[in-house]
Amino acid sequence: MSAVIEIQGLRKAFRGHLGIGRKAAVDGLDLSVKQGEIFGLLGPNGAGKTTTLKMMLALLRPDAGEVRLFGLQPDDVAARRRLGFLPENPYFYDYLTAVEFLDLYGRLHGLDAADRKRRIVTAIERVGLSGSEGTPLRKFSKGMTQRLGLAQAIQHDPELVILDEPMSGLDPIGRRDVRDLILAQRAAGRTVFFSSHILQDAEMLCDRVAIVFKGKLRSVGKLDDLVAREAKWIEVSVRGVVPDDLPGDRTTAPDGTTLLRVEGVPSLTKVLAAVPAAGGEVLSVWPRRESLEDLFLREIGRAKAEERAS
Amino acid sequence: MNAIIAIALNTFREAIRDRILYLILAFALVLIAVSHFVSLLTVGSEVKIVKDLGLSAISFFGLLTAVFVGVSLVFKEIERRTIYTLLAQPVRRWQFVCGKYAGLSLVLGLSVVLTGAALLVAVALKGEAPVDLLPAIVLGFVELELIAAFAVLFSSFTNPILAAVGTVATYVVGHLSWSFDLLEKRMSGDIGKAMCRGLHAVLPNLDRLNVKASAVHGLALPPGYFGSAVVYGLSYAVLIVILACLIFERREFV
Repeated sequence: MSAVIEIQGLRKAFRGHLGIGRKAAVDGLDLSVKQGEIFGLLGPNGAGKTTTLKMMLALLRPDAGEVRLFGLQPDDVAARRRLGFLPENPYFYDYLTAVEFLDLYGRLHGLDAADRKRRIVTAIERVGLSGSEGTPLRKFSKGMTQRLGLAQAIQHDPELVILDEPMSGLDPIGRRDVRDLILAQRAAGRTVFFSSHILQDAEMLCDRVAIVFKGKLRSVGKLDDLVAREAKWIEVSVRGVVPDDLPGDRTTAPDGTTLLRVEGVPSLTKVLAAVPAAGGEVLSVWPRRESLEDLFLREIGRAKAEERAS
Repeated sequence: MNAIIAIALNTFREAIRDRILYLILAFALVLIAVSHFVSLLTVGSEVKIVKDLGLSAISFFGLLTAVFVGVSLVFKEIERRTIYTLLAQPVRRWQFVCGKYAGLSLVLGLSVVLTGAALLVAVALKGEAPVDLLPAIVLGFVELELIAAFAVLFSSFTNPILAAVGTVATYVVGHLSWSFDLLEKRMSGDIGKAMCRGLHAVLPNLDRLNVKASAVHGLALPPGYFGSAVVYGLSYAVLIVILACLIFERREFV
């Protein structure tokens, strides 16, 4: 599959405190995103995610390296025609209504009036804003603005959707809706590139992720390749009597349920035999593999250790 | 072209949904209406008072509109980060600047048409043919276009306060550009003379667009003056907008 986004040796530094020195925000980033992928750019706040996205959209000029979208320079309007973008914590023209706002962006894409009208109806419905078409944006909540921003990003059916922290500020329903929308983009063969520090969402959505810390790429690849496949430990939920001599850590909830953290199959076998024998009941057995959060924390920890060592 | 029109119409919409424009327009219309009564206090030159006050109201309130709306045009987009999504669309940066300027021109055009029409009616009510005022009104609009271009230029690289100071300073200096000519004659050193000549040549000569006195006193303009003044003002405005585009092209949005 062809690369939709190619980033090579990307660097960007900003002036330091009081204009003294320069602080690298992005420091030699290489990335390649293929068509049809959902790619997550992950990192803590200040890792350089938004700076990277801004260079991808030609809002910032790289100090070194280059970005190619569909093989084109990011400031090429032919590339922009094929992408949709949602910035972090978006703010839109508050004197417009939702329909007027989407109509403006449809015009900027050169869509004719009939096409714009049709797409606006579809986009508003897809992001769950039906009924708010005529509401001025100044009356929109943060979640509604985020949804409208998404509608703006997808209404022209772009081949690439770039989203900066798309889940921030959303309630659980909003987050689920955005997740569904992102998955629908992939189902339609589109590429989604998003930055996030919410790992749970990335874990659910991404085909591949990149972890950045202080502007440097720490890890990139498929989730399955990055996190250990084997179960690291097994969680066993038990109700009733739990023998004292069982292996592993235990936590008891207020309702009397005990959660045992068991390592290895031999220990699990022992638990599964001992609990019924003591009159207890095994409610669930859940093998836990390494999560993206574990990987993330491991990589950040390693980066900090390297920094201290140097 | 589509992008410029879309941005211009959006800028126009923003301005006409802002109360400040109505306030400025209302003041201008009230002043023109009041000029009718003020003229009653004078003897013999009633209609001149109406013309003088009316033309001054059109320029002054037009200037206020150009400064108030113009200086925050680009800054507001950056501060509110609306520019991020806008420039992620198939829009070139120069199209954004031109769209903003075109939108401001529409606002100024509307303001001049409304206040100009009110003045023409006021003069007609005094029993004089209002056609003589048209060159002064049109050149007044060209002057506003030039000031608006400076407002957009300053707005493309600085905050609204500095942009307002810069725009008003340009307006003042533009009306005093004759003083550089005078200064040159009085200076003895060559460097000083050259500087005065340079400033006189480079700074806008807004007096060239001011034909209020001729309009008020019913004097005819020299042949070809009107056309050359329009060309001068609009060419200058175009150059300033091009400069704004070049500066904006280099901007980064941190």
